[in-house]
Amino acid sequence: MNPAGLDTYLAVSALLFALGFLGVLLRRNTLVIYMCLELMLLASTLALVAFSKFQGTLDGAVFVFFILTIAAAEVAVGLAIIVALFRRRHTVSVEELNHLKH
Amino acid sequence: MDNFLFLVFSLLTLVSALLVVLNKNAVNAAMFLLVSLVGLAGLFVLLDAALLAFVLLLVYAGAVVALFLFIIMLLDTTPGTQKPFGKFSIAGAVLGGALLFVGAHMVGRNAPKAEAVAPAVPTMKNYAELLFTTYLLPVQVVGFMLLIAMLGVIVLSKKLASPTEAAS
Repeated sequence: MNPAGLDTYLAVSALLFALGFLGVLLRRNTLVIYMCLELMLLASTLALVAFSKFQGTLDGAVFVFFILTIAAAEVAVGLAIIVALFRRRHTVSVEELNHLKH
Repeated sequence: MDNFLFLVFSLLTLVSALLVVLNKNAVNAAMFLLVSLVGLAGLFVLLDAALLAFVLLLVYAGAVVALFLFIIMLLDTTPGTQKPFGKFSIAGAVLGGALLFVGAHMVGRNAPKAEAVAPAVPTMKNYAELLFTTYLLPVQVVGFMLLIAMLGVIVLSKKLASPTEAAS
């Protein structure tokens, strides 16, 4: 029997999501921003698994499979875009990637 | 015992996630992401989803973090160029944190206590049954999306002609 209840798991999930969001807002390195996006996805998977367990069905856990697949595809495409961007601009800092603005 | 393990794994996850956010060096951030993933996999095991924990470690620790490290070292960006946070960032962080705390408190106060009901046994067979009956269409769609992502990566990483070469 698991003494930690649903609310504690959801609190951990919310905190993890908040940390990822903070990282996306604060960091300037595109690669680190990407890692923080991954943290937010992982927080959502934790919430899904917790809901699935406390509801007694497997649907949430199956959904995590799809999230993992989408995340893997997203990382592959995103990192390819970052490499292509680095080839053109020679930087990955979002502060210097403002050519649409000027 | 389970409570202790929950505390350990959740602290491991959250503290290393914080270090991902705060670390100046991108390689160290990727390493802390790895530690955070291990903590999360532990939480999954506590939630009776050992198979998911296994898949998480395989896909994320095995592929995603390795890819991140590869790209970080390939691009070789100079670490430590992070500027100090401005006044508005700090004010926004404090305000956002306070809002999050109040919101979580209000949600938690009104939430009924959820008890674990008789669980569906998360065996490989049960997962497979759901994946190939109820969720057959999403599985197909996700498979196609992986194919499209692969093609997209190939197209993106082909050497594009630079503007000067195209002009001449």
